[in-house]
Amino acid sequence: MSNAVISGEVERTKRRWFFGECGVGLAGMAASSLLGKEARSESSSVEANPLATKLPHFPAKAKRVIYMFQAGGPSHLELFDYKPELTKRNGMLPPKELLAGYRAAFINPNSALLGPKFKFKKHGQCGMELSEVLRDTAKIADEICLVRSMQTDAVNHAPAQIMMNTGSQSFGHPSIGSWSLYGLGSECEELPGFVVLTSGRGTSGGASNYGSGFLPTLYGGTPLRSEGDAVLYLSNPKGFDATAQRSSLDAINRLNALSSTEIGDPDIAARIHSYEMAYRLQTIAPELMDLSNESKKTLERYGIGNPNEPSYARNCLLARRLTERGVRFVQLFHGVWDQHAQLTAGVKANAADTDRPSAALVQDLRERGLLEDTLVIWGGEFGRTPMVQGGNDGRDHHNRCFSMWFAGGGFKRGYVHGQTDDFGFNVVTDPVHVHDLNATLMHLLGLDHTRLTCRFQGRDFRLTDVHGDVVKALLM
Amino acid sequence: MIEKLHWTLLTAWVSIMSILDSNFALGTEPVIDFRRQIQPMLSEHCILCHGADETNRQGGLRLDVPSLATKGGESGTPAILPGNSAASLMIQRITSSDPESIMPPPHANKALSGEQIDVLRKWIDQGAKFESHWAFTSPVKIALPIETKNPIDAFVRHRLQRAGHSPAKRASNETLARRIYLDIVGIPPSPAEAAAFELMPIETRIDELLESERYGEKWARHWLDVARYADTNGYEKDLKRDQWAWRDWVIEALNGDMPYDQFIVEQIAGDLLPDATQNQMVATGFLRNSMINEEGGIIPEQFRMAEMFDRMDCIGKGVLGLTIQCAQCHSHKFDPLTHEEYYGMFAFLNNCYEAQSFVYTKDQQQIVRRVHESIAKSEKEFKQIFPTWETELKAWQESILGSRSDWKTIEFDELNSVSGLSHPAPQSDGSILMTGHTSSEVFMIGSPDLTGVTGFRLEILNHGDLPMRGPGRNFDGSWKIHSIDLQIQKQDSKEWIKLNVANVGADYSSSEHASKASYKIKHYGPVSYLFDNNPDTIWTSDRRGRRNQPRVAIAGFDPPLSLPQGTRFKVAMHMADHSGMADYSGTVYHSSIADNIGCCRMSLTTSARPSAANCDHAATLAILAPDEERKPAESSAVFTAWRKSKLELQDWNNHIDALFETFPERQTTVLHLAERETSAARPTYLLDRGEWDRPKNNVLPHVPIFLYPMTSLHKEPPRLAFARWLVDRRSPLAARVAVNRIWQALFGDGLVETAEDFGTRTAIPEHSDLLDYLAVDFMENSWSQKHLIKKILSSETYQQSSVFQKQISELDPNNRLFGRGPRFRVEAEVVRDIALAASGLLSSKLGGPSIIPPVPQNVLNYNYVVPNYWSPAPAFGPDRYRRAVYVFRKRSMPDPVMASFDSPNGDVSCVRRVRSNTPLAALTGLNETVFVEAAQAMALRVLREGGRDDVSRTEYAFRLCTSRKPNAKEHSAIADLLIENRKRLAEGWLNPREIATGDSAKIPELPEGVNPQDAAAWTIVSRVLLNLDETISKN
Repeated sequence: MSNAVISGEVERTKRRWFFGECGVGLAGMAASSLLGKEARSESSSVEANPLATKLPHFPAKAKRVIYMFQAGGPSHLELFDYKPELTKRNGMLPPKELLAGYRAAFINPNSALLGPKFKFKKHGQCGMELSEVLRDTAKIADEICLVRSMQTDAVNHAPAQIMMNTGSQSFGHPSIGSWSLYGLGSECEELPGFVVLTSGRGTSGGASNYGSGFLPTLYGGTPLRSEGDAVLYLSNPKGFDATAQRSSLDAINRLNALSSTEIGDPDIAARIHSYEMAYRLQTIAPELMDLSNESKKTLERYGIGNPNEPSYARNCLLARRLTERGVRFVQLFHGVWDQHAQLTAGVKANAADTDRPSAALVQDLRERGLLEDTLVIWGGEFGRTPMVQGGNDGRDHHNRCFSMWFAGGGFKRGYVHGQTDDFGFNVVTDPVHVHDLNATLMHLLGLDHTRLTCRFQGRDFRLTDVHGDVVKALLM
Repeated sequence: MIEKLHWTLLTAWVSIMSILDSNFALGTEPVIDFRRQIQPMLSEHCILCHGADETNRQGGLRLDVPSLATKGGESGTPAILPGNSAASLMIQRITSSDPESIMPPPHANKALSGEQIDVLRKWIDQGAKFESHWAFTSPVKIALPIETKNPIDAFVRHRLQRAGHSPAKRASNETLARRIYLDIVGIPPSPAEAAAFELMPIETRIDELLESERYGEKWARHWLDVARYADTNGYEKDLKRDQWAWRDWVIEALNGDMPYDQFIVEQIAGDLLPDATQNQMVATGFLRNSMINEEGGIIPEQFRMAEMFDRMDCIGKGVLGLTIQCAQCHSHKFDPLTHEEYYGMFAFLNNCYEAQSFVYTKDQQQIVRRVHESIAKSEKEFKQIFPTWETELKAWQESILGSRSDWKTIEFDELNSVSGLSHPAPQSDGSILMTGHTSSEVFMIGSPDLTGVTGFRLEILNHGDLPMRGPGRNFDGSWKIHSIDLQIQKQDSKEWIKLNVANVGADYSSSEHASKASYKIKHYGPVSYLFDNNPDTIWTSDRRGRRNQPRVAIAGFDPPLSLPQGTRFKVAMHMADHSGMADYSGTVYHSSIADNIGCCRMSLTTSARPSAANCDHAATLAILAPDEERKPAESSAVFTAWRKSKLELQDWNNHIDALFETFPERQTTVLHLAERETSAARPTYLLDRGEWDRPKNNVLPHVPIFLYPMTSLHKEPPRLAFARWLVDRRSPLAARVAVNRIWQALFGDGLVETAEDFGTRTAIPEHSDLLDYLAVDFMENSWSQKHLIKKILSSETYQQSSVFQKQISELDPNNRLFGRGPRFRVEAEVVRDIALAASGLLSSKLGGPSIIPPVPQNVLNYNYVVPNYWSPAPAFGPDRYRRAVYVFRKRSMPDPVMASFDSPNGDVSCVRRVRSNTPLAALTGLNETVFVEAAQAMALRVLREGGRDDVSRTEYAFRLCTSRKPNAKEHSAIADLLIENRKRLAEGWLNPREIATGDSAKIPELPEGVNPQDAAAWTIVSRVLLNLDETISKN
């Protein structure tokens, strides 16, 4: 055997040999598990191919999701929701009645109002009003669905992030990506079905933002990393080349196959399979992360300067590549939009990082015919107060309203939903709570959020707890 | 869809079990088993709307209480008419063709199958006999169905016989040796131990292993899952905490086979036991393993409540085996637990401080005891030779009281920190507790409405929520303050006018000293610095052994100050920051720790010439309480202050001061429970929808009525009474839950698979008689976990071969009948420990701080707060190879190795792990640093100890990993691997040094006669063997 990467054909032959010879192929495993393991109320053992593609509850608009999570709480007032009234009242205290029963995270709510830091203009045929810092998002105004009436329950980062991502403020619940895999399985045998890409600073919610909660571990998001090993421990130890690795895996599989024959435990066949998958991943993940065959034009379009340097832009392009390969759920985490101070510079810098690549991704997906059945989501865990924090260049956390945008996957195009009051403080029409959003996302994936449940501690849990209504108005 | 599938499979399973039961005679009408067939069905399809939760109840009908089910709901028609299914409204509604009428309603997606309806009909026709839920009635030992040496085998063999099967043969000695070692100590036997295994009777061997300290390390891990143990606080900041003293307590308790009931009592209320020891205080760290939110903008009470809910959840899953958290928001939908009762249990735990205390080593505890004894001895001697001491002390007290100024506590209406991060919170005694983040700049504004003000007083006070009771917020409870600004704002003025003070004094200040050159602050010490407006000076007061004491500072106004109505009075505190400083263990802390004052009270006086009493503030505070109400510590403070006031006692006092100089520095600290004083008792309210800020009625501590009454409530502190109640002999749950969890650890699944839920949603298990037998036996044998483990390990059931038997494996693939021995991939920690043991790297050091494992930089980088304690480098040397139970657990960055093998990250209580089998786990075993180092070390060990030729080395390597000899086919697989790679090494395709050491410049430490190529070839082999399914499985 040469040092060259083993060709796909050899690979397939080997695997065929494997599952044929040892007689405990995946088919056998599946049959035995149907009788047993899956039949149990809350199985704790290894199940045969729990990631197999499953039929949705009803025909789906979207097959895949790209969720561009903007951690820290992007200011809707500087980006999506123009409030000239705030400019007028800049420096004045908010009306008393506005603050009744309101508590901010840091500031005394009775702080001066702060006018928006940027100019807004109408864009596209739909006339969507957007901030000047969203130059490229503005170009896809007719492609996206902007919701200005988002609401959430939490006002601190960690609880609010896991609220967005798991539908609960308390830890230990499965993330939306996990629920999607649990409900639909994976369409890509060789890559994880739920991939996480991170840029900027680590998020407040940490690994719980994409964890599997009480679902089996394998439904959790797998981070693909831009530095070091793309997948943890992907590289062989120093000194081991591909041939040494292949011979080692052959030996492992051969010995495991002997045990399998001897002992008959279907878990052994599953182990053999997992080592083969690991080996495949060693080839596929580096290929995936290697942007050298992307055209210069594409790199420019996404705003990728150095394709080897980690960035949000790079992650956007990777998201497209993952989507092309059939990965069910890709989630980007970008931090930190948390402009308690230096609002102007901070929003500008974050927009510079995210505006162009986010828009490029939508356009790229459209051109490749992928947008139709890919759900694209852009947003963070909450918005920011119309009241100032600190001197005159900061805003506190605000959960009563914030903005998010969506594209593809059955969302309306060039459409704005919901309205906030003149201060960008309360929702005036068409509120969309996190639970409503999650219900809607599930709906587009063909899943009824009230029926996608998992029995845990005697209760049938769902992503939306006991809440959530599909927001039909957002859908085409 | 999923539910439907789920149910279909469940019915399929039930019918398989019936087929397995040869007593199931065809032709005769079987008697419907309420507990197995009816109750699960009612729970699944009916009870949600017809159960205990009144807010959700439909049509006024309850189906969980027999008398109400037969009576019927609002319609007045019996839902169930025993003996007549056709006339039972329930059956009529279930079989209705009218979508408006059919039950369960179509929107619930809970339709019953025809088969299920048949079963229900038959049950009603047979008389609709209800039985109480199996797990809510006390377990009893029933007569063994057949005679066997070990009672476990009687139940198992009898059940297998009924299914027409017999047990598997005994596992081979090698398999059994490894199985028993892995189950007792969590480490495989060495080749020598495996060889010696059969030299003594198995039960003697079990006893011997149960005495090993490794036992506690292995079994602690199961409890640490339940207890959601971690080394960080969780949430956004996820800062480091020192809680390993509690982890070590668990290991020690298990090694000492502490009875399980005592194990629980000490963890929930050890601090309240008579003459509680340090260990018993440390034990209460159990409930403090909850996450702590240290985000800037939080309301601390909201997240204290989150911690409380978490504690309840942990007790529910871990001790009661009930999903009590359902009743946090409303009465339980399935179990007879009301919303009110949830808060009744909550109330037992709600009156605690979030305390943290020093932990001393055994030697240090000796020294502390000696210091206190010596002081007591001196004081006693003194009292003997100074018989008039009592009269003098009284007179002295009177003089202190007489000269006392009349202080009026300032009520502030505006309190905040400049950063908004710290939340100064007024307490009922007029003091202000700094909550949330630390913040050095804090201000308070009030309108005292007082004229002729002669003085201002700052009291720095202890509080149970502060580290070491404070009074400071530094890691050791100390504090430092630069200065205080006093300002006034006259009515209708915007201007703040700074006040001058005179005659500054304090009860105690550190002596003047200059700081190290590297510090910005140059001068520490006297209280005069408090009002000197100089940011380079600091007032502090810190004495060895007497750090955590209250202090007072006083400043006079000359001329007196007038603060008429409308005048605003502001106190701005500029405290020392020093956040980010390193503690005694080298840990650098962040925002939760700073030199801030933690609790203080401000007062004004109009008395003439106010001054600080010439005694410790602790004594001043104590003197205010009548003699008879004083606690011993208070009396002691008064006595101390008095003797220090006596000049003629200088020698005695110096002697005692010198004793304090020998006071040891603590070994570590622990988060634990401490009961709030009666005066600061915290009431509990029922929370509407479980929302922390929606309190309704006050709830007194009480226990759920469906269980059993609490008898000791008024004899002991409530929390202690609750702890004892949880593990009362009368409890139908405590022993079953504990026994089940041990069974689960040994067999992979519990006798009750839902180890966290024994409620009505959980059908009676296949082997309920066995579970009950063991539960009673457990209690009869002083709740000894070692006794129980030995009983199980000694059974033939446990000792069976785990090879799948074709016939029974097809019918019972999950081994619910125990027709074979247990076989499953071991837990994450054991996977790692096996690799380290096989390689010979495993350290046997017991206890101590968690070790920092190597974690890839690209994982470390994505923390919100980058854990600087990970740099410059993770543990090297033997500490790197400590057992996995000692590996540092960071909640928001789950250890990648542990996570790959399904170890929970400690966010919430986990009583049952899932087991997955993923490519990520495969990559971890193949390539992770410690696993690779294990392969390299194992290669050298094989070359050193495994003989001179490939055959004997292969055999030895195999034995290291699997505790057995390889067979011919396995020999040849290894031989092929060796041949191929030796060739490539020889041809220069592979660099032997790199493979054997990870560094092409480094030569491995080779035994004589061995070359680097051998080391490399055997590293390749070792890596293969360490990754075998058999190596990471218990066979």
